[in-house]
Amino acid sequence: MLDNTPKKDLKYVGKDVERIDVVEKLTGQALYTADLEFAGMLHGKVLRSPHAKARIKKIDVSKAKKLVGVHAVLTGNDLDYRVGLYLVDKYILARDTIRHFGEAVAAVAAETPAIAQQALDLIEIEYEVMTPFLDPKQVFDKKAPLVHPDLGSYSYVEAVFTPVPGTNIANHTKLRKGNVEKGFKEADYVIEREYTNPNVQHVPMETHIAVGKWDTGDRITIHTSAQSPFTVRNLFAHSFKIPHCNIRVITPYLGGGFGGKAGIHLEPLCCCLSKLSGGRPVRIQATREEEFSLLPCRSGLIYNIKTGVKKNGKIVAQKMTMYWDAGAYADYAVNVTRASGFSASGPYEIENAWVDAYTVYTNKPFGTAYRGFGHVEFSWGMERHMNYVADTLGIDPLEFRKINALRPGSKTMTGEEVVANTGSVTKCMDAVAKSINYGKLTAAELAREKKTGMKIGKSVVALQKAPAMPPFTGTVMILKLNEDGSVTGSHSLTDYGMGTYTSLAQMIADVLRWPIERIRLPIENDTDRDPYDWQTVASKGLLLSGNAAILAAKDLLDKCYDVAAQALRAQKCDLDHDAEKVFVRHHPKSHVTYKQMAVGYAYPNGNAICGPIIGIGRYIAQGLTNLDKETGQGNPALDWTFGAHGLIVEVCEKTGAFNIIKVASAYDIGQVINEGSVRGQAIGGMIQGLGTAMCEGYIYNDKGQLLNPSFTDNKIPTSLDIPEEIDCIAIETPQIDGPFGARGVGEHSMIAVCGALGNAIEKATGAVLTHMPIRQENVWKALQNRSGKKAAAKAAKPAKAAKAEKPAKAAKIAKPAKAAKPSGRAKK
Amino acid sequence: MKITLTVNGKKYQRDASETKNLLHFLREDLGLTGTKEGCGAGECGACTVIMNGKTVNSCLILAVEANGADIMTIEGEAKNGKLSKLQVAFKKNHAVQCGFCTPGMIMSTRALLENNPKPTVEQIKQAIEGNFCRCTGYQQIIEAVQDASGQLKKKEGLKRA
Repeated sequence: MLDNTPKKDLKYVGKDVERIDVVEKLTGQALYTADLEFAGMLHGKVLRSPHAKARIKKIDVSKAKKLVGVHAVLTGNDLDYRVGLYLVDKYILARDTIRHFGEAVAAVAAETPAIAQQALDLIEIEYEVMTPFLDPKQVFDKKAPLVHPDLGSYSYVEAVFTPVPGTNIANHTKLRKGNVEKGFKEADYVIEREYTNPNVQHVPMETHIAVGKWDTGDRITIHTSAQSPFTVRNLFAHSFKIPHCNIRVITPYLGGGFGGKAGIHLEPLCCCLSKLSGGRPVRIQATREEEFSLLPCRSGLIYNIKTGVKKNGKIVAQKMTMYWDAGAYADYAVNVTRASGFSASGPYEIENAWVDAYTVYTNKPFGTAYRGFGHVEFSWGMERHMNYVADTLGIDPLEFRKINALRPGSKTMTGEEVVANTGSVTKCMDAVAKSINYGKLTAAELAREKKTGMKIGKSVVALQKAPAMPPFTGTVMILKLNEDGSVTGSHSLTDYGMGTYTSLAQMIADVLRWPIERIRLPIENDTDRDPYDWQTVASKGLLLSGNAAILAAKDLLDKCYDVAAQALRAQKCDLDHDAEKVFVRHHPKSHVTYKQMAVGYAYPNGNAICGPIIGIGRYIAQGLTNLDKETGQGNPALDWTFGAHGLIVEVCEKTGAFNIIKVASAYDIGQVINEGSVRGQAIGGMIQGLGTAMCEGYIYNDKGQLLNPSFTDNKIPTSLDIPEEIDCIAIETPQIDGPFGARGVGEHSMIAVCGALGNAIEKATGAVLTHMPIRQENVWKALQNRSGKKAAAKAAKPAKAAKAEKPAKAAKIAKPAKAAKPSGRAKK
Repeated sequence: MKITLTVNGKKYQRDASETKNLLHFLREDLGLTGTKEGCGAGECGACTVIMNGKTVNSCLILAVEANGADIMTIEGEAKNGKLSKLQVAFKKNHAVQCGFCTPGMIMSTRALLENNPKPTVEQIKQAIEGNFCRCTGYQQIIEAVQDASGQLKKKEGLKRA
């Protein structure tokens, strides 16, 4: 820990402090990108493909160009630029080939949105519609049509990823720990099942929007709703071969992101339209419909888990195969595959582990980062599977989890050792189990069952996640002392809702011993003004930027002490400080105020020293390594945040309708920085997770066309969908290198709650679910499929299961019912 | 068409295109950008304003339909540079994260409290059912409304084990 202020002296850290950006948001005065006006601004619109796969035979834009009020029309033929962070596979506009429904084919800029729309309608395109590749499980079919025949020529980060040219495999992540075959031989049972997730949309309330201006001399200014201004700048510079210093990216207030606004999106198109319009600013604001297919979503996942386990409940081997449905472009999905690959077992120790994680190109809208970065998806399978194995063994599922939970001395799948300060997943499970009275129904719950005729079930699941980021991820905080002794910060972590800025301000205030009102962290970011930060993703902001903030505050104080030492003719070690001044410890009347030092200290006769004061704190993740490409071994984790959910559900066995009565969540976050923000992240993420669990997900027809790109057909949770009772618990095992001991929790609340719902429904009724989402009709179908009443819930008894031959694998995403059949297999 | 309307107590007269909705009219013609567009289809509630005492999705109302109407937007909630009791309750109870749904949320709960000064939790949930929030999970917003109506016995908090 970089700060050792005794807890009793902390005025802000660990307390419930109001957000520093709340007043402008409550009054409508916070300016988001859509609220900005620019002189001469044009409106851009994008023409999207109605087909999943097609060849563009002919495209005629001549009529659109002639329309009065149109300033620029672009097609793929005009833009020979690819963009990408990890795997550079995407053109700004489709060239010749359409790879997914909703793909951008052409774009126009016009004086009004209406003229732009009219121009789009005048563009004539002839498509040759082709057969799309839609099922990632068919990735090894040699006859499968290729989504990217040129994969072999794409550039990518070679130290980390492994594309397989000539196939639809954009990346193959491998993990090999111990000897998995030997482990299976030692197992008393080998249990296998498959779990699936559809594509899901992030749904930030603010849709993607950018305003780009490309001036003569290749000077670029971009205002955008991006999570990571420096990544936008970096990718833009690389794609267009323009110096970084010529590109300025500004992010105003951001209306949510959830990963969907990481990377680069509408910015290049806005800028290219601007260039063609003579440098007029061009704005493109995605419609809600466009959010679903023009912009990326979350990848789908088919997850096969094969577990070898001893009778005593100890897992001895596990083979995990992930087919990530990346869609048409895999720039981010390759990294989701990597991060989920090294973490795929959940918070459990697997002595002998084998993971094959494939990023599979398909002709669907493409996947990107989404809160949890692969963990929401695989935890659905893993947490359902943990119950399945436990039920097969006849061990209570919570007990089974505890037997296998990571603990001090355990090795993670990448071979990293867990120590006492890593945190405790068992404490999290115990806390939520207690909160929901796990393992029994209370008298009130029994009475409720009697009254409603519904069945109540409970479950506990566990989760973990480390930030998925390059090992060299760093950041900077600059604190500028103002004339009145207040301070203004400059850094490039963005705050798109999480409240991290408030947490940073709390830390700075406590290190400086100042009132928080004297610390300002402007919400808007500007790459010309603010120093570098890699991205605002991965729940790494609090730890990395928190440390940078502490170091910056200390540096600021150090510089003030330098001035004071000179002015007061004292040694630095004799000095101390409070909210107003630096003073000599044994003679406090001898002091210099911050005000006196801010722009340079002046002696009474006018002589001055030192000049304006700024504090700088730089921090970079330490001790991380790339993973070995063959074995997946190494140190990828800045920190692990563990957590658990306990869930109570009631289910109507006749209709499949269900209500979530309670969710209790606990996270080992090291140290609470802001109670209200932690609770906000905990509840907000949990409800977003329940959205994934209960109702959200893309539905396609057999041609790969998206059928539900709207809130009418793709519901997200409303206030009426939240659990009757919510409990949030913080466990605080300090992180050694965390600011005040803290670690991140932004994504974790969304992870594993889907599995909790599936497990509780099964516990209540015996309905077996292996596909998300769990809509009422899915529960009803699963209830119909209960073979011999609750047989499925109890799973195959070892003796009977022994007769089962090869584990029945889940057939297709669309048929969860089949997957639900028990496929447990016992040996001997 | 020339229309006259009152917004936040101030009278405006403008030429309004027959195809422009009230949301865009408020944002573009009157410069009141506090009201947000989240879907443009009346689904998400980000554009909620109070029109003649009732909440409406301003994206579903034509500007010309608002001729003669009395409208309140988020810009009318704070008075003389001071947050309203409702806004203070949102602030205190962490009912704001990204802030994009907040103006609509405030409008819906303002209308609720005007008609029902002591709403139950169920009534609060119903009042904001049409306002999507992707960040907070609604719980702290509900608590804020309980607080604003003097019904929150003790501030809900995080349990620290």
